[in-house]
Order: sequence, then structure tokens, then C-alpha cells
Amino acid sequence: MKDLSVVLSSDKINSEILMGNYVIVRAMLEAGVNVVTSYPGSPTPEIADAISLVKDKYDDFYFEFSVNEKVATEVAFGASVNGYLSCVFFKSVGLNVAADSFVQLSLLELIGGMVIILGDDPGANSSQNEQDNRHYARLSYMPIFEPSNPAELYPMFKEACRKSQEMKMPVIFRLSTHICHAKQRISFDKYTRILKDKVSKFRPENGPYIPITSSVFPMKRKALQKLSQFALYSENSRFNYVVDNNSEYGIITSGLTYLSVEDFLHNQKNKPDILKLGITYPLPEQMICKYLKKHKFIKILEELDDFHEQLIKTIAFNNKISTTILGKQEIEDRIGEYSPDKVESILLNTWPDLFNCSPKYSIEKIENPIPRPAQLCPGCGHRSAFYAIKQALQKDDISVADIGCHTLGFLPPYNLGQALLSMGHSNGTAAGLSIFNDKRKVVSFLGDSTFYHAGIPGIINAVYNNHKHTLIILENGTTAMTGHQEHPATGKNFNNDTQKIPLRNVLEGLGIKSIREIDTYAQSKLIQAVKDAMAEDNFSVVIAKHPCMLKFVRSVRRAKKALPKPVVITAKCNKKYKCISEFACPSYQIDENGQVWVQTDLCIGDGSCKQTCPSDAIESQKIGDNND
Amino acid sequence: MISPFNIYMIGVGGQGIGLLSETLLRAADYAGYEVIGVDTHGLAQRGGTVSSHLRLGKEAKSPLIKPGNADLVIALERYEAHRALIEYSKIGSILVYYDAVWQPLNVRLQKDKLLKEESLVRIAMLKKVSLKKVYVEDLSDSRMQNVAILSFLNRNQIIEKITQNDYLKAMYDILPEHIVEKNIKLFESTL
Repeated sequence: MKDLSVVLSSDKINSEILMGNYVIVRAMLEAGVNVVTSYPGSPTPEIADAISLVKDKYDDFYFEFSVNEKVATEVAFGASVNGYLSCVFFKSVGLNVAADSFVQLSLLELIGGMVIILGDDPGANSSQNEQDNRHYARLSYMPIFEPSNPAELYPMFKEACRKSQEMKMPVIFRLSTHICHAKQRISFDKYTRILKDKVSKFRPENGPYIPITSSVFPMKRKALQKLSQFALYSENSRFNYVVDNNSEYGIITSGLTYLSVEDFLHNQKNKPDILKLGITYPLPEQMICKYLKKHKFIKILEELDDFHEQLIKTIAFNNKISTTILGKQEIEDRIGEYSPDKVESILLNTWPDLFNCSPKYSIEKIENPIPRPAQLCPGCGHRSAFYAIKQALQKDDISVADIGCHTLGFLPPYNLGQALLSMGHSNGTAAGLSIFNDKRKVVSFLGDSTFYHAGIPGIINAVYNNHKHTLIILENGTTAMTGHQEHPATGKNFNNDTQKIPLRNVLEGLGIKSIREIDTYAQSKLIQAVKDAMAEDNFSVVIAKHPCMLKFVRSVRRAKKALPKPVVITAKCNKKYKCISEFACPSYQIDENGQVWVQTDLCIGDGSCKQTCPSDAIESQKIGDNND
Repeated sequence: MISPFNIYMIGVGGQGIGLLSETLLRAADYAGYEVIGVDTHGLAQRGGTVSSHLRLGKEAKSPLIKPGNADLVIALERYEAHRALIEYSKIGSILVYYDAVWQPLNVRLQKDKLLKEESLVRIAMLKKVSLKKVYVEDLSDSRMQNVAILSFLNRNQIIEKITQNDYLKAMYDILPEHIVEKNIKLFESTL
């Protein structure tokens, strides 16, 4: 197996096939980044995987998974004002969590430099929305760099670091899902990393660092001046350029959308010019004026919102440019990723006479593929929990979802978790649902990593304001959804063993009296515990715990130990289908005669299903050989 | 060969599609192709549909393949083969599938019908797709299905220019030491 740590840390010229999330770590090392922080969230967690390969090779390179995105931002800020070049990375909606501190950054002299890496998610591949975080840049006076692929990411990230250091200002480096995960061969430069002397450089006089009342105005003025200076720099940046096809038609685009445009134009005779923006805020006004004047027809092709369209139309208006500028033409233009097919249909729709139409693809109407929603894994403790909780709840009771693998409880057949806002929202929302509501009981769900991330204030609020709903904490001992990162109760952080902060102790410390703790595989005990907790006239907590079985299976395989053999269905089966229609482990499949069978590729032999069979037809086999 | 040559891979989270896509990406690179690819991650890795896009040739810019535009589809499971055949296969292209069956939720809940192989054959005929089934009895680990497919691609020279040596070098690059040997053995067997 190839040792990627060597590739990432080698200071010689070399090349390798890597995904964007790995390339950025190489760029961090070259740029002299010292402190990196994060909270895990798709599409960025592999940045931490790459960091784990190299961090021990450098004495002046620190990484942590902080407890949430806001804290991560603050840690990176602290490091920057102490003189260290820092980075923080997280997913799109993570910026909402970080926002309270994030929006302040541009007011402050970041003497070490600081780059905020955003993993936006157009297409909502793994997020609860597809928010366009470019708006935050405008709100908080920060520039944005935005590459199209890993090859462009590599030099651009180094430049983002350099500019942030030089101007002592925060810089956003905006990625999206299919740039983070795109893979291609990258040629790396030779470089020398100069070991950073560990001297604390924080001085209040570098600031001011206290924005309060009228002291805000000079700070804001300075932030706006820096942004204007940045716009001038952007006029001459090599990351903003024109692809000249000698046309009177012009496209303005950026990011992955640019590649979709290139793909589309590959087979077209009439190719419009393209203005490709790598610095997507602030815009290079002179460059744009020149481009607008040179063309009769302009199309702004941007994923998600009409961010550039509004800015560019303002530039055109202020400069009395009368070129026809088309942006978003219908609601659908604001929705979803600008993949090659989407861009093709938008361009054909915009300039139908300019392009040859590719033959329309019609066979898809013949038959619809069967959808395959994500599922809880075989043996997952959450499945036993939902199976039990469903039996404890009355039909009209309300259940509030939260974010984590357990969000999947909303799917049939459990249908548990009926409303979702954000990480840790469930106890606030459940409290609101219980006001003026004497008839319907309310339960809230919460995962253990989310408990520490943003769950605790909602719990304190429930105690403080005497709310009476029931919180069910689905504790699996890891941050499962994003790839099994540690959290404050596991006894480990990214770098070391550390003191555990057990969530039960936290709850007890808050004075919560009603706490029940049950392993979810003990389904009947869990049913009773949930019923009892819900019958109480106070805020109650049930900790429904079972270790993540995906993590367990992987550790067993790595240790070359034996997993239990898959369960078998005996002749006692009389097709009551509880295993399929109520417990719904994906291992249980059905044949054309309606007979249930076990998919042995999937079953891990945990046996949590056995208690669901009214005919006692599910049996374990003896531990067998594991051949992995 | 058509350039760019688009390879769309599809499977179910847990089948180890990453091994297949990374091996093909590296094998194609060893064979001298310019390559760009992307795996889909996120929520889907919990038992949902997962796909990987791989594009060979310098004309390929975006890592994403347009629906209806795959020159080769590789599916690790029957229902996913059906999905990709309808959504991604180009008219007159090739589809290689491993005939594992991991029924989707609504099939298990008996809200959707079972998918028979005849359905694949019928749609493949409509789209003039050459359908190639791979199946090996008694694999010790279902994730080795990926290697069975790679072996099939190699023996039948499904992708021009990629030699057995390219596949082997790619596998040595990415497989952890403790499983290299048995996977190479499967790759080199005639099945």
C-alpha cells in the first residue's frame, strides 16, 4: 500500500493522484500553516484524515477537532492573533454555528493570517440545506477564493494564505462537495518549510481587539478599506482570467460550474468567451466592465443564488453599460448543483440559436428505478431503539429529530423524528411543542456528539424553564455519521488520550433527577423505560445506548478476529414479517414466494433481531471463521 | 477509443465501491490516460446508493458524467445496475454488473416489486447496451466482489490500453498488506 504521508510531506518535486481534501493539506504544509481546527462535517472531514498522516512529522503543526464550529473558529482566531497562520474548516451549515464569532473576524488585525475553509454543499448531498455561503462574505467583509478542481486548489490555497498573512485579514476558501472529493494527478512543487519559532506575539496594541460601541467604527472602516484593496489585487490576479473564443457572447462563471461549461462547449462550434472567476468576492470591477463592454450578450452562470448577478448588474448600471445581461431565469436555476447536464440545459435554454442541441435522451420514461434511501446499518443500536420507542409512544405523540445517523429514524417503518432544524435543536423545539399542549406527549432525540456540540443549552433551558418533554439520547460512543471521530465522552481527542466527560455526569450536574440508562438491545426494558419517563410530570432523560456496530465490525475485521455467523431463519417462520416490516434490518430480504431470507453479505450475526420474531424462528449460529 | 471515455460505477454503501473506483483510476493513470474522478460520499454511505465517476482523456473537465452519457457502467448490485442502466448508460454502451442482491427498503416492505434479471435484459436491448454479468460463488468477503469485477474487466479487455500489469500496480498501491495476497489471487484466477 502506498504511503501517502510520504507524498504529502516530501519537500521535493513529486506528483500523485489525490482528492481535493488531501491536496489542501499539502498546500497547508507549504504555506507554513501552524494551527488547524475543525468540527467534522461532510464534505470536509477527509482533510483531517490527511492531517493525521503527517502531523507527527512537524513540531509546529497543530490540529484539533474542537467541540463545535464556533469554538473551532475561536481557537484558530486565538492562534492567529498570537502570530500563527491558522485555518479552520467545516461544512456549509457549520458556518451558521460559527457565525457569531466569524462575523467579527474582519474587524480585527489577524497578525498571523487566517483562512476559513468552507465545504459548501450545492445539491444538498449530505446537508439539511444548500445555503450559498457567499452571502456571508459580503455580510462580514471577507474575500473568497474558489477553485474549480484539485489542480487549481493547490496554488490557489497557498496564495490565499499568503494574502491573508500579508493583509492580516481573514480569507474564505470556498470548496464544494465535488471539488473536495474530486481526484486527479497533482504535481507538487519543491518547498522549504521554515520551523516557526514558538513565541507568543499577542499584543493588545496590535488591535484594538475589543469592538464595543463607537470603537467599532474605525475597525469597520479598516475592514472595508482592506476589502477595497483586495478588490484592486483581484483585478490582476491570475485566478481571474478570460478564455477568449472571439465571440460576441460571454459567460461569467466560477468553481465546478466552469468545468461543466467547458464540457458543454467541447462539442459546440460556436463557443462563447468565458470569464472565469477564482476570486469570487470582491469582484474585479474594471475587469468586469471591460468584459461586459466587449460582448453583446452576457450570461452569468452561478450555482445557487444570484450573488454575482446582483453585483455585476450593479457594476453595469453604475458604469452605464447596456450589454444584455442574463442571470437566473427561473426558480429551478437556483436549485441544485450545476452539473454538466444542468449547465447544458440552462445554456440551451438561454441561447437556443447559438448551440447545436444534443439528441434528447428519452428512454428514462420507460421505467423508474426503485429508490434506495440510506439505512441504519445491520446491528445498529438505533434500530433496536426506534423499534422499541415506537411501541412506547401513542399514535398522536410528537417526536423531534436531531442530526446524526439517528435522523434516519424518520424513514419507514419507524417514522420517528418528525421535525428537524439543525444540530442540537431538538430540546428547544420539543419545549416549544409542549407549550399549551396537555394532550400530546413530546419526545426529543439527540446523539452523543451533538450533545456536546450544541445540545447542552437546549437541555439547560428545559431544566431552567420547567419543560416536561422526554429527551432520548441515542448514545453510540462516537461521531458516526462523519466517519467515527472521537468526542468529549470517548476519552480520546484527535491527538491524545484525555479525560472522559461522561454525558450522564453532565446531566446529573445540571440537577436532572430523572435519568434512565438502557442498552438498546434490551428492547422490552427500553420500552418500559420510555413509557415510565414519559409518564412523569417533569423533564426526563432516557440514555438509549449501544456502541456503533459499524465501528465495531471494522475493528473486529482489522484485528482479524471472528464475527458471529449470520443468523438463520428456521422452519418455525410463519411469515408474520415483523423482522421485515417493523424491525426492518436490511439483512432481511424477501423472495418471490414471500419467504424471508437473510442476506449473508449484510448480517453481522448480532442477533438483536431475534426478540422481534413472534414465532421464535430466528436463530444464531456458532461463531465461525472470519476470513478477512 | 472515444475520448473522453466515461466510466460510471454504482453500488450500495458498504460494498466497498471506493476500492473499485480507486483501482480503476490508478490503473488508467498507469496506462497513460489523463484521469479525473469523484466518489459520492455523505449520507449515502449508510446503505444508500453510492456512485463514482471516472473520466479518461484530456477532454474531460468536470469529474461528473452527464446522465445518459456513460460509455461503461459498472454496477455492484442488481437494483443498482437497473438504476444506472436507465439513468447513465449511453445508447450502445457496455454494462458490467455483479449480480448481488441487496433489496432496497420498499422492496423489503413489499411496496415495490422484486427486480428480475429479465428486466435488465429488456432495457439493455432497448438501449442497445451490452450486458455482462459477473458472479462468484462463496466469496469469503462480499467486498471482494470488486476484485472479481476488476478481474473480469482485465480478462475481457473492457477498457482499452489498461493492461494486467496496470491493474496489479494499482491494487498494490491501495490494498492494505494483510489482504493484498488473497485479492491478487482472486484477480489472477480465471473464476
